[in-house]
Amino acid sequence: MIMLFFMNQNIDAKTGEDGRADVVTLGRDAPLRLDSGEEISAFDMAYKSWGRLNKDRSNVVLVCHALTGDHYVRGISPITGKRGWWENMVGPGKPVDTDRYFVLCINVLGSCAGTVGPASLNPATGKPYGLDFPVITIGDMVRAQAMLLDHLKIETLFSVIGGSMGGMQALQWAADYPERVKTAIAIATTWRHSAQNIAFHEVGRQAIMADVNWKGGRYLDREEQPHAGLAVARMAAHITYMSESGLTSRFGRNLQDRDKLAFGFDADFQIESYLRHQGISFVDRFDANSYLYITRAMDYYDLSADHDGVLAKVFQGTKTRFCVLSFTSDWLYTTEESRHIARSLNAIGARVSFADIDMDKGHDSFLLDCVEMDGIVRGFLNSEAEMMGVQGS
Amino acid sequence: MNIDQSRASDIRVDLLEIARVIDSGSTVLDVGCGDGSLLDYLVREKQVDGRGIELSPEGVNRSIAKGLSVIQGNAEEDITFYPDDCFDYVILSQTLQAMKRPDRMLEQLLRVGRKAVVSFPNFGHWRVRLSLGLFATMPVNKTLDYPWYATPNIHFCTIRDFVNLCDKLNIHVEQTMAINSKGYRMPLHNLALANLMATQGMYVITRK
Repeated sequence: MIMLFFMNQNIDAKTGEDGRADVVTLGRDAPLRLDSGEEISAFDMAYKSWGRLNKDRSNVVLVCHALTGDHYVRGISPITGKRGWWENMVGPGKPVDTDRYFVLCINVLGSCAGTVGPASLNPATGKPYGLDFPVITIGDMVRAQAMLLDHLKIETLFSVIGGSMGGMQALQWAADYPERVKTAIAIATTWRHSAQNIAFHEVGRQAIMADVNWKGGRYLDREEQPHAGLAVARMAAHITYMSESGLTSRFGRNLQDRDKLAFGFDADFQIESYLRHQGISFVDRFDANSYLYITRAMDYYDLSADHDGVLAKVFQGTKTRFCVLSFTSDWLYTTEESRHIARSLNAIGARVSFADIDMDKGHDSFLLDCVEMDGIVRGFLNSEAEMMGVQGS
Repeated sequence: MNIDQSRASDIRVDLLEIARVIDSGSTVLDVGCGDGSLLDYLVREKQVDGRGIELSPEGVNRSIAKGLSVIQGNAEEDITFYPDDCFDYVILSQTLQAMKRPDRMLEQLLRVGRKAVVSFPNFGHWRVRLSLGLFATMPVNKTLDYPWYATPNIHFCTIRDFVNLCDKLNIHVEQTMAINSKGYRMPLHNLALANLMATQGMYVITRK
């Protein structure tokens, strides 16, 4: 793989509106030690940055992406050819203002958009890792991100922000590196994967593994790919990202390109056609094994696991200021789970704000235009920046 | 976002009366903090370490945008999650009458706070008595501005009722203030007179 020698002065230069993508090879001197006990050395981490680092390097905002996301937050993604996934949140004059903050997003460990994952070449064999890639956790993802920040000589994060799995990383960051994280914004997320969360992921994984083309994870050097299984996994998951009322208002029982029922198993209904489209377009941009690994990492996520199941103990003594946001219609990571985070933080005297935003689009609300969310994130970041004396670039 | 510099002095007069009894640099929980005006004032003018609980999403959003640590929630439920003795002051401003169990709320206030500042509309005010006694209708006025069928205020009390409840709950009344309809403090120290003339009662209470 191509290694880009990274110059520190690079990140001091202001990037354009669409930011700049880079890949760094880490772990040559000291490997990344994983929660499983395994180690990875000389691994690639892909990231993108926007804005300009200020003199005292205090204006860094780390954006963490979700399960199937990547570091292309803004600008055209070379993978999809489409605009980034959080342009409404991050950019010049946006709530996470790139005119003021130096914004970074790092592709997570196990992914397939540039950072090392099961589709990367295993240096030991010269072939893609497949299932030889070690099982990873959210904690491992965050540890790898911390290595990249060390490499970039960024000590503290003014804020770490993310929705869904990005929110899990934000909380993990605050738990594992309390002295490095000034503020954390966790949106539409949870502090541990519930039985229901694990159950939905297991359906997705079983769909992939049931595809004859999956071949025990060794499909990358073959013609046939486990696209059918991955598409079904995506379809099932996509339902959990929406809400019943959202689906009803958008699709209802409307028929797809026909006036009456066809009495067959074609996509009679618009919702079927929509889901099929979601599944089919997903397989072009995502690796089936990556889907297995990242959903597994989410299932293993339980911040309270090492603290007798008591979340408050995780953050005892923290100085990080938290902002926790949930959506009323999110049944994947519910309001009650976010409320539990807020209450746990209050129980130890931590500074936390919590808002439950009234929006009917389900879990995916965090990706959509939402005046309330924008206002809260903007107000939270700017008032904290003012209080901490964080100067813009 | 521009922080509105003028807002600190813009807070309601009765909230200023509450602010007056809070010591600088103390820790404060404002239960039912609304849009965070009082908390924001206390943070800026008295350098308190402040937190808030608020039910309305609009209030929460505006509070967070001011840089306050406020959580959206139901006061009676959420206050139970705070540890004992974690605040110097807990403020309950114009909210007691909306509680399902005002007695339990007072106990909670003094569990998490060493002192509580409680203000409430006085149902013993002469206008209220007039409305009930003369016209036999539930009062609707500036401090009680909902018709009876649509009011969030489900447990009205008079100043005398409040004092009696404190007595029953073994709560010490440290300071008592009678507030008029303009929000100003009235120089009334006689309970019967305060109960007749004040539109609001304001009390600083502690555990005995």
